[in-house]
Amino acid sequence: MTKNENFVGKEAGLTAPFATLSRREFLKRMGLLGGGLMVYCTIGDLTAQARAPRDGYLGGNVPTDFNAFLRIGLDNRVTCFVGKIEMGQGPITSFAQMLAEELDVAYESVDMVMGDTDRCPWDAGTWGSLSTRYYGIFVKEAAGEAKGVLKELAAERLLCPVTRLVTENGLIFDRNRPMSRVTYGELTTGKIIERHLKDLPPLKPASEYTISGRPYLRRDAFEKVTGRAQYTADIRLPGMVYARILRPPAHGARRLRVDTSAAEKMKDVQVVRDGDLVAVLHPHPDGAANALGSIKADFDLPDTGINDKTIFKHLLANAPEPVVASEAGNPKEGAKKAASIIEETYLNSYVSHAPMEPHAAMASVDGNKAMVWASTQTPFSVQGLVAQTLGLPVENVRVMVPFVGGGFGGKSASAQAIEAARLAKHSGKPVMVSWTREEEFFFDTFRPAAVVKIRSGIDDAGRMSFWDYHVYFAGQRGCQNFYEIPHHREAVYGEWRIEPGIHPFAVGPWRAPAANTNIYARDLQMNIMASVAGKDPLEFRLSHLKDKRMRGVLTAAAKQFGWTPSKTPSGRGYGISCGIDAETYVASMAEVEVDRSSGMIAVKRVVCAQDMGQVVNPQGAAIQMEGCITMGLGYALSEEVHFNNGRLLDVNFDTYDIPRFSWLPEIETVIVPNPTLAPKGGGEPAIVCMGGVLATAVYDATGAKMLQLPMTPQRVKNALAKKS
Amino acid sequence: MIKTIQFNLNDNPLSIEVDPERTLLWVLRTDLGLSGAKFGCGEGLCGACTVLVDDEAMPSCQISIGYVAGGKVKTIEGLERNGQLHPIQRAFIKYDALQCGFCTSGMILKAYSLLVANPMPTRDQIISEMDDNLCRCGAHVRIIQAIQTASEELKGGRP
Repeated sequence: MTKNENFVGKEAGLTAPFATLSRREFLKRMGLLGGGLMVYCTIGDLTAQARAPRDGYLGGNVPTDFNAFLRIGLDNRVTCFVGKIEMGQGPITSFAQMLAEELDVAYESVDMVMGDTDRCPWDAGTWGSLSTRYYGIFVKEAAGEAKGVLKELAAERLLCPVTRLVTENGLIFDRNRPMSRVTYGELTTGKIIERHLKDLPPLKPASEYTISGRPYLRRDAFEKVTGRAQYTADIRLPGMVYARILRPPAHGARRLRVDTSAAEKMKDVQVVRDGDLVAVLHPHPDGAANALGSIKADFDLPDTGINDKTIFKHLLANAPEPVVASEAGNPKEGAKKAASIIEETYLNSYVSHAPMEPHAAMASVDGNKAMVWASTQTPFSVQGLVAQTLGLPVENVRVMVPFVGGGFGGKSASAQAIEAARLAKHSGKPVMVSWTREEEFFFDTFRPAAVVKIRSGIDDAGRMSFWDYHVYFAGQRGCQNFYEIPHHREAVYGEWRIEPGIHPFAVGPWRAPAANTNIYARDLQMNIMASVAGKDPLEFRLSHLKDKRMRGVLTAAAKQFGWTPSKTPSGRGYGISCGIDAETYVASMAEVEVDRSSGMIAVKRVVCAQDMGQVVNPQGAAIQMEGCITMGLGYALSEEVHFNNGRLLDVNFDTYDIPRFSWLPEIETVIVPNPTLAPKGGGEPAIVCMGGVLATAVYDATGAKMLQLPMTPQRVKNALAKKS
Repeated sequence: MIKTIQFNLNDNPLSIEVDPERTLLWVLRTDLGLSGAKFGCGEGLCGACTVLVDDEAMPSCQISIGYVAGGKVKTIEGLERNGQLHPIQRAFIKYDALQCGFCTSGMILKAYSLLVANPMPTRDQIISEMDDNLCRCGAHVRIIQAIQTASEELKGGRP
């Protein structure tokens, strides 16, 4: 895409939600938000080099006007607006740190407003470990420019050259006359000032940071430990009703008949039939559930013959042409030089997001305006979809995202918001749609089942001579080669997005999409090769690695773990895995015990080292690593969606087994310092090693090749039996 | 159908006219406006809806409002004392023992119940008692630290 700086600066900067507003209206709206007045800067002659580009699907609609990101109140408090949402990963804390750092105000003086399409600058969605490494730059630039303008205003007020001014704690003073001073709030009072800087000032160097890079506790903890934190399903409006919607028993089922007559006779129940949508509304959720239970419906059930066992054959039979993610040399040539060739096929089952909060949305439609509260990772997409559904202009729809009770990619899709909007329009009442756990499983956009086939070889000297990698339907993220291999090729057949005719239900991004599958398969294959070469798995990797960051995280993990070299299987149960995700380098080591009679894997210890460049909140970063490690136990050991002919067999936590307290290993996290590199991702990377580190640990303990995730006790027993 | 149900809610006597068969969780969340207890699974499998009934942690999605008649119910909203956070709440903040926060009310009330029954639990006892409360974000290690710390702060006394 070619970028027109002029267009980006002058027009795209004021797109959604302000796309259709004149500048005056924009100012009015911002000014009406309460609190203090604002400094307004014109834009247009900023140097293109100085401003982070706003282009593509991630940044195309991000405003350039710094006022979209922050506002300074009369009381000198600063409100930071971001289009991101808070679902647990902690941007509510790290954005406040970044803003305070760059603006030179106290961290405590910052208030966060997130995920409100009327008040916050546009964002593509909270996913991809992009909040800090990508959106954070916009926030820092806005703060830097605002500070520059404030200094110009202060220079005029204090009759002092800008170069003599010092900013500190929301205050500007003359370094020669410290009592000659003015607060940010005093400067922004009383009038709207339109002013711009000729050039964006450079961002603060990390060496001058006093807020970024320091550990901060979560700023939303008080609300969350007291029950004050509001989630979507907690929103209450006068006259609101709760909806329950008639669902098919299986994906692909066709509704034949529906009889709502009993529900229609029930007290306080409203039955809504809007095309395909059949729903009941009641002032109480339990009342709606009772009414739904009275509806009789017949469905024609599909017979696809596809289930959780046959799916892998189905995937291979329907693979599209591959995309080559990375390659060098020619694997066929490399194979000729191989002394040993290892060929394995790895399988991954469908995995659910299973956030503790099921999808919920409240919609209220009043004339030609709609308000929607939704547990979503993508408020601006929801705004567009609701507008389209209701036939309203985008700016007439306001989407607000309260705290989100976990997303992990699963709340990138937000069908519940569309349902709530349709029902609200149809009924004329505010409607809450709060999915049951069964609905949450049924409509989840699962991590796709996938197959990885690897053929690789070692030469006489024990070096990898070729690597021929084929991944089906997981996607390419994480498969790119970073080892020194003369001949390699990574072929990708289908992505994790919905591929027509492939999956029996919806699939989508699941925390570090594709990377979990790819890195698991690569690392188990690597350890099998190390075994054939008679090498220690860490040394085998290091001997094929020049990349300093990867060597750095492996070495740091080994030091923390106390790794001592040995051939594998060693009987010790030591596992190793490493990868690159969201531009962050990560390496994990683990120790497991395998009960050969039961097939149970006990994870004793997991060490994870991560190089993520600059770290805004080391406390938050470590917590994300711990969370990834804990959550990752699930896809490695137990989590898989069982299904048959479009019918889900796992619809609650009795059979879909997610990690519990009793599964906890000792967890140790190491952040490898890299302060000269801009911040990289932190919400996902540490999960990508969990399949690989545990599969290699089981291999090291027993010699059993766990060629399918999750490694259930039965699969462990089967692999042990196959080995003997 | 509609009956008068009297019980003690968060240290205050309460009398409401309600169908005693209705689920406690929904009466709390909708009729009484206390939304700290969350709907997570609807089958008592996740612990997000945990409340205290006579100091014992119970899944409020599995009990009726009639069941608590004459009893004492405490929700997360009733845990503060004289405007001060309870030691368990303070410990959860101190250790960042939460991420998305959706399981947090249930975790804290389950921990309260655990400390009533066993004021000085070992780490293994905490793990065993908390095992049916699910957290998807992986805050487990910090939740254990928080409960241990709260228990130490309470010095074996009642929570």
